[in-house]
Amino acid sequence: MSPLAQLIEAALFASARPLPVEELETLDPQAGAAAVRAALAELRDAFATGDHGVELIEIAQGWQFLTRREYAEAIDRAQFALRPRRLSPAALETLAIIAYRQPVGRLEVDEIRGVDSGAVIEKLAERGLVEIVTRGEGLGRPLLYGTTPQFLEILGLKDLDELPRLEELSVALRPPPAAPAETE
Amino acid sequence: MAQDQTGFVVELEQFSGPLDLLLHLIREDEVDITDLPIAKIADQFLAVISELGLNQAADYLEMAARLLRIKAQMLLPRRVGDDEWEDPRAELVRRLLEYQQIRELVDWLGAAAARRAEQFGRGFAPEPPAAPPAPLVIDLNDLLAAAERVIALIPEPVLHRVVPRPLDVEGATERIQALLAERAAFGWGDVVGERPSLVDVLSAFIALLELAKRGSLHVHQAGPFAPIQIRRESPRAAH
Repeated sequence: MSPLAQLIEAALFASARPLPVEELETLDPQAGAAAVRAALAELRDAFATGDHGVELIEIAQGWQFLTRREYAEAIDRAQFALRPRRLSPAALETLAIIAYRQPVGRLEVDEIRGVDSGAVIEKLAERGLVEIVTRGEGLGRPLLYGTTPQFLEILGLKDLDELPRLEELSVALRPPPAAPAETE
Repeated sequence: MAQDQTGFVVELEQFSGPLDLLLHLIREDEVDITDLPIAKIADQFLAVISELGLNQAADYLEMAARLLRIKAQMLLPRRVGDDEWEDPRAELVRRLLEYQQIRELVDWLGAAAARRAEQFGRGFAPEPPAAPPAPLVIDLNDLLAAAERVIALIPEPVLHRVVPRPLDVEGATERIQALLAERAAFGWGDVVGERPSLVDVLSAFIALLELAKRGSLHVHQAGPFAPIQIRRESPRAAH
């Protein structure tokens, strides 16, 4: 592996969060973005082809070493690491609306969900998944929310473009298939 | 769940809201959202919310009222071929379709989160280093507001102190007259004693000046800050 790839490996090992290319560039001012990207690809391939328990993943607009899926069960059982708390359906609904409509105010979320969503939004903000991004133009200049890099991270997404496009969703103007729904 | 359940339902585990419940009923019946059998669905909705004790939750109650209103509107007779007529279900159908889309996204997001949860990142989370002092960027209004806050914290200045004891000029006068009776001359120290208080000094001084004015005694000071000498005024007959 090239010296730059090794340096980046060390930096990614030391970091508890995904590191974007721009930040990795600061490791070696002479390297430049292209060299960093090449080194990242080299590193990813080295971990993908070799016998390793971790892999290099592009996630949340950055890069991070993550343990391989097949070891999740054993690590979880031994309680070496905690899985993140699962999000409730209400939280996921709210996240979905904010992700697709951002920047979006609370009233719009309430209207789509048909319930008061203030408490849910607050919880999501506490977990760092959404944040106030701006204020609206309307009456009282309402706070408008958007998603954070943390949101991408817990979903394992590179960026928002990886979310399914609305026109790709199967929902159309027809009743759902006869198969039992997942609710219940 | 008990039929007689009372009290406000805070956490509704089965349904995330009235639209969710409505969608659930529609799926169960396998009916077409766009041609909603509103009477049937409204009755089912009412039955479920009373069974689950949801009839205390405002959001569900509001939806129940909306359904009943649409049901009533559907029952009203209308002229055949009336273009003005607008399907009272239209708004609800639009919201349900939109909501159904959100539910599909929820499934997608839930699956993505579950998949991501099978991988662990590095757990090491160092304490964030102490932030360096921020460069002071402040505008005039902020500065003035800050100054006002600080000034507001200062206790009211003490403008005067109440003298615990009024001047005792009379007492001092008596003491000086007693001294005059004993001795022809004496010093300031004899008048005020060894450790005079401020009040003693002031009282004695005023008494001295008063007596001097009356011609009972003569006050002499050799120079600035020199000891004050007091002597009995020799009586002058014709003065």
